Amino acid sequence: MDLKLLNAEATAEERAAIDAALLAPSPIGASGIFAKRHLLLPALEAAQARVGWISEGAFTYICATLEVPPAEAYGVMTFYALLTPAPRARRVVHVCEDVACKARGADALIAELERAAGPAAHHVPAGDRILIGDDDVAWLPSPCLGLCDQAPAAFVQIAGERPVEELFGDVTVDRLRAAMGGALAIARVPRPRLPQAGDPSLRLLRRVDVADPTSLDDYRAHGGYEALRIALEIGPDAVIREVTDSKLMGRGGAAFPTGRKWDAVAKQPVRPHYLICNADESEPGTFKDRAIMEGDPFALIEAMTLAAYATACDYGFIYLRGEYPLAYERLANAIARARARGLLGENIMGSGFSFDLEIRKGAGAYICGEETAIFNSIEGFRGEPRNKPPFPVQSGVFGKPTAINNVETLVNVLDIVRFGGPAFAAIGTEGSTGTKLFCLSGHVAVPGVYEVPFGATLRDLIELAGGVAGSGRIRAILLGGAAGVFVGPDDLDMPLTFEGVRASQATLGSGVIMVFDDTVELLPMLQRIAAFFRDESCGQCVPCRVGTVRQEEALARIAAGKPRGGVATEISLLDEVGLAMKDASICGLGQTAYSALESAIHRLDLFGEQTGR
Amino acid sequence: MISILPPKAPPRTVEFEIDGIPVRAPEGSTILDACRANAKQVPTLCFLDTLHPVNVCRVCVVEVEGSRVLVPSCSRKVEPGMKVRTDSERVRHSRKMVLEFLDSSVDLSTTPDVADWKAAYGCDSERYGPPAPLAPAGTRDHAHAGHHDAPDPDYRATVAQPVKVDNSLYVRAYEKCILCYKCVEACGTDFQNSFAIGVAGRGFAARISTEFAVALPESACVYCGNCIAVCPTGALMAKPEWDKRADGTWDESRQTQTDTICPYCGVGCTLTLHVQDNEILKATSPFDQTVTRGNLCIKGRFGWQYVQNRRQAEPTA
Repeated sequence: MDLKLLNAEATAEERAAIDAALLAPSPIGASGIFAKRHLLLPALEAAQARVGWISEGAFTYICATLEVPPAEAYGVMTFYALLTPAPRARRVVHVCEDVACKARGADALIAELERAAGPAAHHVPAGDRILIGDDDVAWLPSPCLGLCDQAPAAFVQIAGERPVEELFGDVTVDRLRAAMGGALAIARVPRPRLPQAGDPSLRLLRRVDVADPTSLDDYRAHGGYEALRIALEIGPDAVIREVTDSKLMGRGGAAFPTGRKWDAVAKQPVRPHYLICNADESEPGTFKDRAIMEGDPFALIEAMTLAAYATACDYGFIYLRGEYPLAYERLANAIARARARGLLGENIMGSGFSFDLEIRKGAGAYICGEETAIFNSIEGFRGEPRNKPPFPVQSGVFGKPTAINNVETLVNVLDIVRFGGPAFAAIGTEGSTGTKLFCLSGHVAVPGVYEVPFGATLRDLIELAGGVAGSGRIRAILLGGAAGVFVGPDDLDMPLTFEGVRASQATLGSGVIMVFDDTVELLPMLQRIAAFFRDESCGQCVPCRVGTVRQEEALARIAAGKPRGGVATEISLLDEVGLAMKDASICGLGQTAYSALESAIHRLDLFGEQTGR
Repeated sequence: MISILPPKAPPRTVEFEIDGIPVRAPEGSTILDACRANAKQVPTLCFLDTLHPVNVCRVCVVEVEGSRVLVPSCSRKVEPGMKVRTDSERVRHSRKMVLEFLDSSVDLSTTPDVADWKAAYGCDSERYGPPAPLAPAGTRDHAHAGHHDAPDPDYRATVAQPVKVDNSLYVRAYEKCILCYKCVEACGTDFQNSFAIGVAGRGFAARISTEFAVALPESACVYCGNCIAVCPTGALMAKPEWDKRADGTWDESRQTQTDTICPYCGVGCTLTLHVQDNEILKATSPFDQTVTRGNLCIKGRFGWQYVQNRRQAEPTA
């Protein structure tokens, strides 16, 4: 391709880092315009990790090597929050400012950090650096980092030949300063043990904090690869039958029947088929998939192999959010060990079935958890959702039939195959079968991931997490994440099933239960949620791109005591904006961007006094 | 001559309803095609016959029975038994809001039809507050994805920014850009394959940009001007038109359009010359012209000055 490139040279170290990233195995069957372009994001990430930002030289080298037009590559680079096209410090600390961390002191932490270390790097003119100690560091506020059970949280990146990335929980300004100075050991606080660890009733979490997550032998000693062995015996059609009989519904938020999805992919005559595990867990308040990937990574690899067998997929991707370095490490180790033992690759377990997979890291974009945005991101395009139809089962990544499932959904399939679909369907309720992971955070005594059979009520879950902490009195509970709804203390007996929440006009979303005690001011929480959606909108469609701005502005006017035409007028404006986003946006992000706000305003009557209702 | 190919079956007809009236349309047509064939008014902004529909502006949304959300008529194909509503309360609400969202954040003063639509749908863009003061040049060009400054309760955010004039042929006034993706499509695989521009950034900070926002002469731009031809808002404008509008002498009522053939090469593109006061101000090509589909090259688009190289007054010594 004849490209006009910038006149800029990459340094030797940038070239070496980019070359190393391009050695990654190429997905089977990606040809034509896809042949090289799918390596664009990994190459950009490699350049960023080497020097802390992406120089014009590194960028130009990537464009030339992958034959991507620079204007398009620039559009991709500037889409991701973790990629930086201007000089920046080698050490960067991303401090979570999202709702769960806000409920546990993030605002005070950030204010203190600002006094100690100066303004956030996105306010600092390009080229400026903040100095702490003998090396340059910068900090940035961050959306939810998925460490809500250890709020407040921070994510540290140190660029270099051996780049370091780590998530830190329970951070204080002193620990942050230690991390920024490079003393990571001082900043580190051990991960809390899974609250239910070892409980014999656990299914999805049974090995977490019980089996060694780095050992394939230990995984097998705890029942690992039993499901795949059975699957290879009974054949793909029987696997799909069991999954259909189990009535398993997707756990990513949309609750689509998994058996139907798999059946549709398996029947597509076009080849190859691809399998994608959506591990871009970024919904504020969600950390259940992290618990599985860090604590039981082999289970995901086995489940994906099984899913690929059932749906005749040739190649798989785990699309993992960029802020989960430990999950990356554990999964990469699991893949390498499984491959070494013939559990991935050619002729798996001597069955004649072949399948391999790789991890793709996101780079700071919530929207890339939308299934069609993942396809674009993997292909090396901007992570903008596609219009549906066509649906992924017909035309997904690289335009081929694609089965895409959430981590939790996939891991469920292991027990379905081991114990049969009907046995799975007997757990839970008629409309919601199996067990469900819930992410308890905010004001509960023991935050963490909890697994319960469907049918448990909100009260049951909060009691399981040790009851309400803080003042002990509930003001509100955010159910399902930023795209979910606020419910109040009157809703505690709501059964947390798909049908139960639907009847209460709520949602399970990704299983978030974030409790706020009555000392929490809700308006700043709403403002944060509005800011989140504005930051994370891809900008493609007008209702979401502008609507998320207009709703944040209306809340800001109310908060500043400057409502236009009174608070009631602002509320009707918000309702109008919200309805248009819900009705006319392309994807679920815009369609749910007003959901939590609407519930706080109307269900909890947040502005009741100001509107005289 | 006997063809070895089997005879092509005529497209099947799909029967469905628009606003309660039974209609038929060839299989594969979009709802918008069917609406236009049946004299139903549907506004569009990001749609153009000659480009792939990107369905991002959402002003053409319609209601389809059984669909949870509204659907973009420009790209949704008709299906048998479909029940489409083009003027329901939900449709009117979303269209009104989309128009308000655009009008309150973008300068639509040179976008055709918008004033009529705003009136028809009852838009009031002032309810979002007064527009924020103009940001310094480069602010939007270098916005960092995933971050923005807290909103100022006294103002509404807009995309206002200084106009980019970096070459003598055309200007880029991104204060008028609604991000319809048409210029990117025309510059990319739909037509020109130059890939000089793309969409950069994210959310409200998303913008049309060259790599690192370099000036056009440093980019891959070949000055075909096909982006100008498809721009629906006048954000991209040939320099003579821009200058004439700036000094208040642009007057379409005094203009004529004359079709001719481009004199440069053997392709024979149709040129439409826009003339005011016996002076050519711009050249376009008709979108329905089978050869050009509205596109030209730098010579056809901009190389007409020689026609009117009038003798300058003799310089006085």
